[in-house]
Amino acid sequence: MSIQSCVTIINEWDIVAARQLGRNVAKELGFGIVDQARITTAISELARNIFLYAGKGQICIDKLNEGGKVGLAINATDNGPGISDIRQVMEDGFSTSGGLGAGLPGVKRLMDQFDIESSPGDGTKIKATKWLR
Amino acid sequence: MNKLIYGFIEENKLDILNEWIETTKDNADDRVLRVVSDQVFTSTSREFVDLIISNIKGTKEDYTSRLTDFAEKVVRLGWPLTFVTKGLHTFGEIVFEKMEKSELVTKDNQMEVIREFGAWMTPMNNEIVSVYSTTWEKTVSLQKIALQELSAPLIPVFEKITVMPLVGTIDTERAKQIMENLLKGVVKHRSEVVLIDITGVPVVDTMVAHHIIQAADAVRLIGAKCIICGIRPEIAQTIVSLGIDLNQLTTQNSLQKGIETALELTDRKIIVMEGAK
Ligand SMILES: Nc1ncnc2c1ncn2[C@@H]1O[C@H](COP(=O)(O)OP(=O)(O)OP(=O)(O)O)[C@@H](O)[C@H]1O
Ligand SMILES: [Mg+2]
Repeated sequence: MSIQSCVTIINEWDIVAARQLGRNVAKELGFGIVDQARITTAISELARNIFLYAGKGQICIDKLNEGGKVGLAINATDNGPGISDIRQVMEDGFSTSGGLGAGLPGVKRLMDQFDIESSPGDGTKIKATKWLR
Repeated sequence: MNKLIYGFIEENKLDILNEWIETTKDNADDRVLRVVSDQVFTSTSREFVDLIISNIKGTKEDYTSRLTDFAEKVVRLGWPLTFVTKGLHTFGEIVFEKMEKSELVTKDNQMEVIREFGAWMTPMNNEIVSVYSTTWEKTVSLQKIALQELSAPLIPVFEKITVMPLVGTIDTERAKQIMENLLKGVVKHRSEVVLIDITGVPVVDTMVAHHIIQAADAVRLIGAKCIICGIRPEIAQTIVSLGIDLNQLTTQNSLQKGIETALELTDRKIIVMEGAK
């Protein structure tokens, strides 16, 4: 079972809106302060990547309830240029924009589950999940 | 033809006004009624109808300035734009219906009256929308300026020590301003130590961290020292998970501790006076 709400990312302020949505859902589901910070930071990273590299995309937040397990999933999708070498972008310090290159590997560590689907020309789809403990 | 409509409105002004107030009030949602008293609602409505009617007679300049005044007033009252444009539409409908009833509109002149109505209403509608949006744009740009003034203040607290308290989201624009104000301020106040307090920053992601690291580096380059304070425990944990290395930076958990360190770095300290109670 899942209930979804979305924010379209076009400009920098949409990143803030996506974060706000994530924080509200996390609070509602009963996540503590530290997990709320992890979730909002992960959303911030994924939303900013969309803004920077794809120009436009969507952040959707799912409330999960699977066999009594409650969780929150961040779905980041875009139809941007896509990523050719996924292993490379998952390495700490790899950045094509002069950033720290900590975003994607950071999201993976901040969340419990991390899936990425991307190929050049086909856009990027990332799903990151956090379970309530 | 104009004369027919205008004459009719002039003659039946009170009737039309009353019916308009009734209809609009029924249609007004809470948003409108909650924010204004009955009296204000009625007097503003009267003004609105007067304005519509004055469009018929008054000079163009006179009308435009009144329309601007009026629109600014309803914006202040918090009336939604749709309420005002709907109100205008309702006014047209009431007049048309009443004219039909008094058989001023017939099968023969019907099309012409409708066309005439359009020519009268459309510019008014456009003007209202344009005044509304101008007022909004003005508000937004003023708020932007106000935000900018708040965005990166630098406060000299002791000789050689300045503090930059950051509250709220940091975007690219603001990051630029933080850097600029820091460098300008350090020179201007002859600071030796700058404290950046991030207690009020809700999210520290890689971009914000990157900007803070760059700001601290730049401050170091011009010969001062930078201390980051107010890193909340949950923020410290996310920074670690992100794998960001803040070891190059001096950090303190509270602004108070930061100031103590800053005083130490400039060979001073705060003491309790003896004999003071
Ligand atoms: N949605 C995306 N579409 C296309 N390329 C992307 C997307 N997201 C990330 N990338 C690529 O992956 C690289 C690594 O991303 P990551 O978020 O880890 O670091 P960064 O954005 O460069 O820097 P940081 O996030 O630390 O500020 C980016 O530099 C970019 O080339
Ligand atoms: Mg990134």
